[in-house]
Amino acid sequence: MSSITPQEIKQEFLKSKIGIVGITILGILIATSIIAIIAIPVETFQEWNNPGNWISYPKVAIPIWVNIFMTEKIPEHKILENPNIQTNSEGEIMLLSHKFGVNFDYEFFPNDFIYVFSSEYSESALLQMSVIRPDGIELELLSTSLPYSNTKTIHSERIFSTDEAVKKNLLLQSEMFDFDLERLSVEDIVFSDTKTNEPLKGDYVFSIDTYSVNSEIKSHESKLIIGGKAFGMMGTDELRRDLAIGLLWGTPLALFIGLVVSIASVIAGLLYGVYAGYKGKKTDEVMMRFNDVIYALPALPFLIILSVTISNSIFVLVGFLMIFGWVGIAKVARSMSLQIKTRGYVDAANMMGQKNSKIVLKHILPQLLPYAFASIAISVPAAITTEAGLSFLGLGDPSFPTWGHILHDANTFGAAARGLWWWIMPPGVMIAIAGLAFVFIGNALDAIVNPKLKR
Amino acid sequence: MKRYVATRAATMFGVLMITLLITISLVGSNMDTILKQGIVFQVRSEITENPAIAESFSSVEEFEGFIQSQIEQRTKILGLDEPWYSPQRIGLTMYKILLLDFGHATFLTSDAGSSDVKDIIFEKLPRTILLFTTATIIISVIGIFLGALSASKVGSVIDRITSSFAIISSSFPVWWIGMLMIFLFAFTYQIFPARATPDIPSSDPGYIGSLLYHMALPLITIVMIGFGSWAYLVRNFMVGIMQEDFIMAKRTIGIKQKKIIYTHALKNAAPPIVTILALSLSGSLGGAIITEAVFDWPGMGRLYFEAITVMDLPVIIGATYILTVFFLVSIFIADLLYGYFDPRMRTG
Repeated sequence: MSSITPQEIKQEFLKSKIGIVGITILGILIATSIIAIIAIPVETFQEWNNPGNWISYPKVAIPIWVNIFMTEKIPEHKILENPNIQTNSEGEIMLLSHKFGVNFDYEFFPNDFIYVFSSEYSESALLQMSVIRPDGIELELLSTSLPYSNTKTIHSERIFSTDEAVKKNLLLQSEMFDFDLERLSVEDIVFSDTKTNEPLKGDYVFSIDTYSVNSEIKSHESKLIIGGKAFGMMGTDELRRDLAIGLLWGTPLALFIGLVVSIASVIAGLLYGVYAGYKGKKTDEVMMRFNDVIYALPALPFLIILSVTISNSIFVLVGFLMIFGWVGIAKVARSMSLQIKTRGYVDAANMMGQKNSKIVLKHILPQLLPYAFASIAISVPAAITTEAGLSFLGLGDPSFPTWGHILHDANTFGAAARGLWWWIMPPGVMIAIAGLAFVFIGNALDAIVNPKLKR
Repeated sequence: MKRYVATRAATMFGVLMITLLITISLVGSNMDTILKQGIVFQVRSEITENPAIAESFSSVEEFEGFIQSQIEQRTKILGLDEPWYSPQRIGLTMYKILLLDFGHATFLTSDAGSSDVKDIIFEKLPRTILLFTTATIIISVIGIFLGALSASKVGSVIDRITSSFAIISSSFPVWWIGMLMIFLFAFTYQIFPARATPDIPSSDPGYIGSLLYHMALPLITIVMIGFGSWAYLVRNFMVGIMQEDFIMAKRTIGIKQKKIIYTHALKNAAPPIVTILALSLSGSLGGAIITEAVFDWPGMGRLYFEAITVMDLPVIIGATYILTVFFLVSIFIADLLYGYFDPRMRTG
């Protein structure tokens, strides 16, 4: 048994390829977690279940990088937030002009376009929207008056391309096109070639002019959204959520669950097992019978009942997972401590009148540490997959975007049937990668602790 | 040996009772609320069905009083006037459950239409056993063969492939692979049905064929994910045994490597392998909950999941009980087998 020093373990570990791979993956995962925590504000992930937060994102959009492999480019979803601003005043009339430049280079029409704005003015104001196309044609899209107000007011609105007025305006300019516009949607006209109804590539400039009389106009928000079918590094889901954020935030959550559960259960199991083994006799008998009881409880049904009846908070869940985690380790720790107990120095310490607690902590536990590290690493994947499984059943903590939870949503919205691979693949791969990192580390440690397996 | 069997059996029975007690106490208070609501509903609907009762009262207060007394009377008959944690009620519930009397389900019914929890469970149980026992047997056969093969050539290509496949496959959740398999083989290439529930009634002669066809995709998935870790376990046992002196001795006498592995070494690796077989048979029943939910396989796992979603408490209690019984019986058998193969265990 273990007479291996920490230095030896470190040396041996650095020699094992698999262990180094494991450590590297773990390092990458930890780096990802840190990036997630720093780069993505906590508010964003707390807003995970708030549909209002995701409204300007597209529905089930494919990841952007797919376009690299496509000969026919899928239009990207673009959110333009920094317009070119010009102000002009001629006598009583004030003009605020916002210009958005878009480079449209895709084989398909965009889904739609939305202009989101919020302006401050008093009395009356007029909003005009037009677009200059790559072929030089300027199309009038909309001209509408904003609600009249005696005092200073802030007016917020979303102008959708599906607006009837926009369509009517375009029909008035139909002589520019060689085909019938009646049955086409607005974006199919605006982004179309004049000869045939095919997308016209090039630079488009959308300009939104707001006029007011006798008062100043201020813009608080001005966003043009060109709705596409591709968005972000990881795409979006049915509820328009950016999957990249969910996946990134899933990393620290999974590491937290896996590590806390396994460390706590290994420590609990070690102390329990060593104490039982050291005390022996009646104490041992009673403690091991209790251990048998927990061991014989069917874990998954109980976890389900517990999370349904008591609480599905992620922290409580960690506690539940620990209840079932420590049992096996306690058994092994007991048999190990039975062996160590018979060694001379333990007897000697006993003779010298040292306290039981001190003997256990100082003389027996340190001997089991290599084994403890190996079992921590080995039990992490189980904790991660169990939590993912519970979340997948919809019994996890709904307020956190864990990987299992994303898969649960994917399953609910029938992602497999609809071929939304970017919704199913990445969370599972992440679960597997996180599991693999610990399995590799655990295997490398195990080979050092149990030299028999090395051959 | 007798004493060993007796203590194990006693422990198992104790565990069973504790499991029951925990389950009942976790769902007990909810159960009472649901039952009481049921009574109120029953009384009200009886009165609306029979207008003569309502007409026989002169004032509203009197009528309400009558309803109240009816409700209280029935509550008392069912013993609901006492809290669920009173010893008599828990005792009675546990006694009933021991005799497999789980009562009637609140929402769920069996395919035949019965709402008796016992009927529902015994309809679903064989299907789960069919799927998961078949899978476990296939897994263990492949696993033992592959494990023995790679143990005979430690460090060879086969050994490395087996070991790495075992490690990689064990870190993927089965249900996720299930989703991918459905995505690939049910929708992209339409080879297998997406929902594993057979769509023809069980009286039809083609039912068994249909059931087997629907079973293919979940079976392939479970086997694919499972056999790697089995092979790895068997390999590790075998590698340990191959280093023992008696194998060395056989080798020096000149017995062929193949014969040593498949007769002598495998025989000595039998106790742990049999134990793990027994444990994984029962473990697969518990793991079935998520897998069946993904594949929509009409077994115990999906029943359990459905019962949890609609909070059908009698079904939850019944299914937990049956799952626990299976789990305990297989642990018990595993223990006995181990004790039988390895006499050292009996004294411990």
